[in-house]
Amino acid sequence: MINFGLLIPKAVVQGIPLLYGSTGEILTEKSGNLNLGIPGVMYVGAISGVIGAFFYEQSLTKTGAAANGFLAVMIPMLCCLLGSLLMGLLYCFLTVTLRANQNVTGLAMTTFGVGFGNFFGGSLIKISGADVPSIALSTTSKYFSAGLPFAGKLGWFGKVFLSYGFLAYLAVLIAVFAAIILKKTRTGLHLRAVGENPATADSAGIGVTAYKYGATCIGCMIAGLGGLYYVMDYACGVWSNDAFGDRGWLAIALVIFTIWKPDISIFASILFGGLYILYLYIPTGMDHMELQQLYKMIPYVVTLIVLVITSMRNKRENQPPASLGLPYFREER
Amino acid sequence: MDNRIPAVKLTGISKRFGAVAANSNVNMEIYRGEILALLGENGSGKTTLMNMLSGIYFPDEGDIQIDGKPVTIASPRDAFDLGIGMVHQHFKLVDVLTAAENIVLGLDGKLDLKKATKKINEICDKYGFEVNPSQKIYDMSVSQKQTVEIVKVLYRGAEILILDEPTAVLTPQETEKLFNVLRKMRDDNKAIVIITHKMHEVESLSDRVAVLRKGEYIGDMMTKDTNAEEMTNMMVGRKVSLNIKRPEPVGVKDRIRVTNLTVRNEEGILKLDNVSFTARSGEILGIAGISGCGQKELLEAIAGLQVVESGSIEYIEDDGSAEQLIGKDPRKIRDMGVSLSFVPEDRLGMGLVGNMNLADNMMLRSFEKGGSPFTDRKAPYELAKSVVEELEVVTPGISTPVRRLSGGNVQKVLVGREIASAPKVLLTAYAVRGLDINSSYTIYDLINKQKQAGVAVIFVGEDLDVLMELSDRILVLCGGQVSGIVDGRKADRAQIGFMMTSTGGNNE
Repeated sequence: MINFGLLIPKAVVQGIPLLYGSTGEILTEKSGNLNLGIPGVMYVGAISGVIGAFFYEQSLTKTGAAANGFLAVMIPMLCCLLGSLLMGLLYCFLTVTLRANQNVTGLAMTTFGVGFGNFFGGSLIKISGADVPSIALSTTSKYFSAGLPFAGKLGWFGKVFLSYGFLAYLAVLIAVFAAIILKKTRTGLHLRAVGENPATADSAGIGVTAYKYGATCIGCMIAGLGGLYYVMDYACGVWSNDAFGDRGWLAIALVIFTIWKPDISIFASILFGGLYILYLYIPTGMDHMELQQLYKMIPYVVTLIVLVITSMRNKRENQPPASLGLPYFREER
Repeated sequence: MDNRIPAVKLTGISKRFGAVAANSNVNMEIYRGEILALLGENGSGKTTLMNMLSGIYFPDEGDIQIDGKPVTIASPRDAFDLGIGMVHQHFKLVDVLTAAENIVLGLDGKLDLKKATKKINEICDKYGFEVNPSQKIYDMSVSQKQTVEIVKVLYRGAEILILDEPTAVLTPQETEKLFNVLRKMRDDNKAIVIITHKMHEVESLSDRVAVLRKGEYIGDMMTKDTNAEEMTNMMVGRKVSLNIKRPEPVGVKDRIRVTNLTVRNEEGILKLDNVSFTARSGEILGIAGISGCGQKELLEAIAGLQVVESGSIEYIEDDGSAEQLIGKDPRKIRDMGVSLSFVPEDRLGMGLVGNMNLADNMMLRSFEKGGSPFTDRKAPYELAKSVVEELEVVTPGISTPVRRLSGGNVQKVLVGREIASAPKVLLTAYAVRGLDINSSYTIYDLINKQKQAGVAVIFVGEDLDVLMELSDRILVLCGGQVSGIVDGRKADRAQIGFMMTSTGGNNE
């Protein structure tokens, strides 16, 4: 039998990178930009954070100073945000300003982002002179993965709810915040209008370009944090090339699964996280390794089913933003 | 009266799109407490001019003054701030949002839909609108959407109102309601500009008319001092006769026989109920009815695009032998000489591909011709050229994507292509939808020519007056049933109107 007390915390830590990725992508898609570069952005976010942490740790060993908790958190985080922001700006410049095809741009950015991560990951491994193909940033990682102080004393409750690093709680906060922005505020209303019908938004005096840039760049920064969480917290500060895997694509699938709602994404990402590692908990034995691969497919199968169901019910609110993937040019006739 | 300060004064306005000058050196004045009708043929630059007032386009040259003060309108927001509001021909509404959300879209401050709803209701009460602020746009009829657009403009405190072809999609009753509202606004000392092609609307509603031709300002006059003929002459630049010819049909033979046709749409709703009639060669069969009464389904059933529940549609050869069309491939039906040109509300929805150029769109009908694996590009190119010349299509060139043409010109291309295939049966729906008066008459002429060439024409129209002038016989549909077939020469407007609303109209 599956032990849920054990599985839930594991599902949560698997789900958090997906939650960051999907929240970022939802904001982006709400502005009408289909950013398929999210997997690349998450890679860049992760490696940028790793680069920051790496040089911070190097400076510590050189001077022999003790680690400062504030700096250990802020340096990787700012590096990560900066790296993802640059990716967002690049995507916007290509698709919004130059009106390049969004799918092509996004896929190119994913390829670029993964390569970028592996290149600098490899370089850092070389600099550190490690004899294994990975770098361990245990000093800074400690600050990322510290759970709440009284987590250990509260039994299963502490384990399920309080045992995570601060980035996990931040992810939930950001998702809730994004949901409120989209649903309740004027900014959210305008953003939705831009994604649905930019010509209408434009004629209503909304700055379409500003909203697209803003939503996409903020979305990329949020997604980048997902990459950072993965390395610094989940992987305990160990970077090895390609370890992040296909989680970025899963985050994009999650956007469809949650029908573009960040609040649903909080639960859906944990569900996806659980499904993603389910194969580890269902005994398949060594004879049936192929079953493992089938279990790994579950999140994608579930997404397909959701797509079929939402398309069949055909409720207009549950459809993707109407102008998703289309460039906008005011004087186009 | 000329010492009034104009609400809007345009001086020397020019705007070019690539090689085409949409407006050149336009000088125009708009006054408060007046309804100005802006006239012009399709592509004469009316919409472009108004778009510059509402901040969508920016003029290349020229000055704009509002209430005597020079202003720059660089964005739609500038336009609101100056009290200019425009209701576009293609509504600018977000489908998945509610009426209230659409109305407050783009405004500043905290989002308070309750307060907005209250203000919307106040505006509605003042002018007599009916809007449910919490209804989603995709649930609304065309006329409701338009009402939302007008309320949206008023909500922003617009003093200068521009309406681009507001009646193109409305029923006569809805139009009358809209006009009453506009008159109320005029009495409220607002400045109103209306773009329309319907002369009787100009005459009944406007105080003054201004005319554009090929992007240039021709002149203005008081409506009461002019008439439809003079206005049309100004628009076109030469004398036009406003009578539709109706040549006597010759060589009339039965061509299409429809018996007991019943059609349900995808949702299972009955769209055609036991319809029977015969269309004859050399004759125009007009089809009248309130929109959505089964006109579209009828034509599509004949063209083989619509699944038929029961009944028969027969094509009758010259020698009297009949062939069943139901169950045949649409392409085969077309090859038999049954040609369909349906102009939907958005014009590009059927028959033309917006991103393809004129010649390629011609090729959509001829691509399978010829034995070689390569397509013949020359013939379609020639055809496109001749359509452009004969129908006076305004276009920068044959290789321009169709979506860049103005609405009327798109339609000319569509109808021109269908006619060029030399059909035996021509099915046309709303062929003049949104067309200016001169282009409409060109199309009527084309249809008449087809009739004289022995084609059986089925003409679905919106304008009852035109149907009565053009058709030899008029079939009136009401809720999917035939409420009667009347002789076009003896038809009486009131009788047809009655038949359109009740199937009992034919018990004579």
